Amino acid sequence: MKRLFLWLPLAVFVAFIVTVAIGLRKPADSPIRSRMIGKPMPDFALEAAVPGHPPLSAANLRSGKPRLVNVFASWCVPCKAEAPQLMALRHRGIPIDGVAIRDRSEDVARFLADWGDPFERIGADPASRVQFALGSSGVPETFVVDGKGVIRHQHIGDIRPEHVPEILAAYEAAK
Amino acid sequence: MSPVPSMRGAKRRSNPASGLGAAGLLRFARNDGVALLAAIFLAAPAFAQSALPPARYAYAQIEDPRLEAEARALMETLRCLVCQGQSIADSDADMAGDMRALVRERIAAGETPEAIRAWLVDRYGAWVSYRPPVEPLTWPLWAAPVLLVALGLFLARGRFRRKAR
Repeated sequence: MKRLFLWLPLAVFVAFIVTVAIGLRKPADSPIRSRMIGKPMPDFALEAAVPGHPPLSAANLRSGKPRLVNVFASWCVPCKAEAPQLMALRHRGIPIDGVAIRDRSEDVARFLADWGDPFERIGADPASRVQFALGSSGVPETFVVDGKGVIRHQHIGDIRPEHVPEILAAYEAAK
Repeated sequence: MSPVPSMRGAKRRSNPASGLGAAGLLRFARNDGVALLAAIFLAAPAFAQSALPPARYAYAQIEDPRLEAEARALMETLRCLVCQGQSIADSDADMAGDMRALVRERIAAGETPEAIRAWLVDRYGAWVSYRPPVEPLTWPLWAAPVLLVALGLFLARGRFRRKAR
């Protein structure tokens, strides 16, 4: 028994090394889920990000019909990758509003011209305030908001073709 | 850490130097320092970052030093959301800058640091704070030092006894 006890410090040490080695090989980079799901959209009123699209406020999201809110930026590469999927959702008749993070009007206009424009309203969020209020931790992210303005679903990262059914299901569930 | 884009997948996608490794970089530098410099400057535009100038309080202090000290102390215990593992006080990511601006504006407006922390925890979970709350999940964390000291005292006591005999 005492012999076994002598090995304990070494065992603890080895366990420590193994934990650190695993942590080094696979650094923790976990997506941060918003805690706002199931809660009403925080109050905000953003100015229009580009001419030609109306501005976005929390009141616009209590429209009686579910909507998607896409948090994006013209400087964000994965946002370009998800553009075709957003267009496809738009063509299915799903209304999509945009929140442009830390962006300039001319850059947003160019982004929409280059990669397609699925948006109804686009609000400019120059200091990420609405992003923080939503519990969003990066771009792109997409929220499903029901007709009463309650956040129902959060999609973190770009919407790839394989994610579209999940978004559609969340949208149907929000009806 | 140099400016990190607040963009998903950026770590993997937009840093051309990352595949080189330290040894490769050294060899590279010995071969041609100019090429290295060129690589560094060419790499800069690949970092996807906003063209918008940083928010007012991202890099500027609050005028009142007492309030700035309060804001600073809070910023050091809030985690950057895109460069996980750094506090927002340490990070140069755009998003960390916006978080600092948020903290400073709210402190300047008279909000208490703990109220701001609670506001962020409501949105991101306790994860965003570097100060773990005392709750059932973290009890082992808080109890461990006490238990280890107690164990140490117990072992020391055994030793002293044996010597005294």
